[in-house]
Amino acid sequence: MLDKNGIARRIAQELQDKWYVNLGIGIPTLIANHVPDDIEVTFQSENGILGMGPFPFEGEEDADLINAGKQTITALPGAAIFDSATSFAMIRGQHIQLTVLGAMEVADNGNIANWKIPGRMVKGMGGAMDLVASADNIIVAMMHTNKRGKSKLLRQCSLPLTGVGCVKRVVTNLAVLDVTPNGFKLIERAPGVTVEQIQEATEGRLVVEGDIPEMNL
Amino acid sequence: MDKRVNSVKDAISGIENNMTLMLGGFGLCGIPENCISALVEANINGLTCISNNAGVDDFGLGLLLQKKQIRKMISSYVGENDEFERQMLSGELEVDLIPQGSLAARCYAGGAGIPAFFTPAGYGTEVAEGKEIRYFNGKPHLLEHALEADYAIVKAWKGDWDGNLIYKGTARNFNPAMAMAGKITIAEVEILVAPGELDPNAIHTPGIFVQRIFQGVNYEKRIEQRTVQAKLS
Repeated sequence: MLDKNGIARRIAQELQDKWYVNLGIGIPTLIANHVPDDIEVTFQSENGILGMGPFPFEGEEDADLINAGKQTITALPGAAIFDSATSFAMIRGQHIQLTVLGAMEVADNGNIANWKIPGRMVKGMGGAMDLVASADNIIVAMMHTNKRGKSKLLRQCSLPLTGVGCVKRVVTNLAVLDVTPNGFKLIERAPGVTVEQIQEATEGRLVVEGDIPEMNL
Repeated sequence: MDKRVNSVKDAISGIENNMTLMLGGFGLCGIPENCISALVEANINGLTCISNNAGVDDFGLGLLLQKKQIRKMISSYVGENDEFERQMLSGELEVDLIPQGSLAARCYAGGAGIPAFFTPAGYGTEVAEGKEIRYFNGKPHLLEHALEADYAIVKAWKGDWDGNLIYKGTARNFNPAMAMAGKITIAEVEILVAPGELDPNAIHTPGIFVQRIFQGVNYEKRIEQRTVQAKLS
């Protein structure tokens, strides 16, 4: 089973040279720490920066330089800064090659819910709806089950949707799964996790074909 | 064209109860701190505020929320503010949540003379309810309308008397699009200079969009999430 950093490390293997990538808040943010040395990717944050760098050294924080999670960041050499309308032109216009975001629920038809629990948590969708509606390549990074042990990979989302039919791949602490017309297709198992364990933790349709390899981390 | 006003009080003169305001900023980054304080002091109520976020409990738009001066918020993300959540869940505050890219585009459209446009964001979700759907290139899109405001209030780093503005870092965010969409746009800046001192090539918001400008004071520039790494010795 993987921890959050393990999920980030596995998703980092999906990155390709010269890609522009938008990382959501939470587990996706950790992916920046695991970019393979032999490729160059540029991270976009939707509040208006391309070429986002690591957190600043203590004492060098700049209130005028944050990411979409409102965390202080740095700008790498070659970075560009722009306004929100331009930022979402990049996203809506499909100039970003990969979007990674977290989710509360993913359905086996690619629907995603991650912005609202009616009556309890209403924080808003931020940029998530624009991102999932426009990106061709969307990976969800999340734990396979919620805090109460219930599956987050469902036949149907129960929470208000963020987008429909948009998720391509899900990477969890247990597995890598692709969204196909027949449901979640199991691609890889996390180290030490069995197909049966994944089956048990997946409420949505699960397609298992042949031997399922273990992740190579 | 000299657009300087003498004080923040003069800058916000004309803003009345029940008006619609746009306020620039992302989180607490690039917010018009001086004008927000002046609105609190002037006790203007029933406001509709269009702003990406709603501040935190004791800073930014949170200051107006504390005094219940806001009737309706139009935002994309409103976490980080307990008083906001309380007012919303109790029904005291009307809230319209909009996808962030649609919010930016609707402000830009409002300033650019584009009454409405189609976007894929929100299709199949609550956001699409009651909106016209059309297919372009085989993909469904929603009709979204432009937003306009009685007053847009923006914060820039440098400005000149003519209202030309330059922003710093990611404090730019929603400010340029909102500056375009105000019937009257108020700009507060950290540094105000005479015309000719700013490089015309470097202007982010041309002065034509700005009606009033002043140099603000005592910027707190609060950091919401201070994230750092240890220096290797």
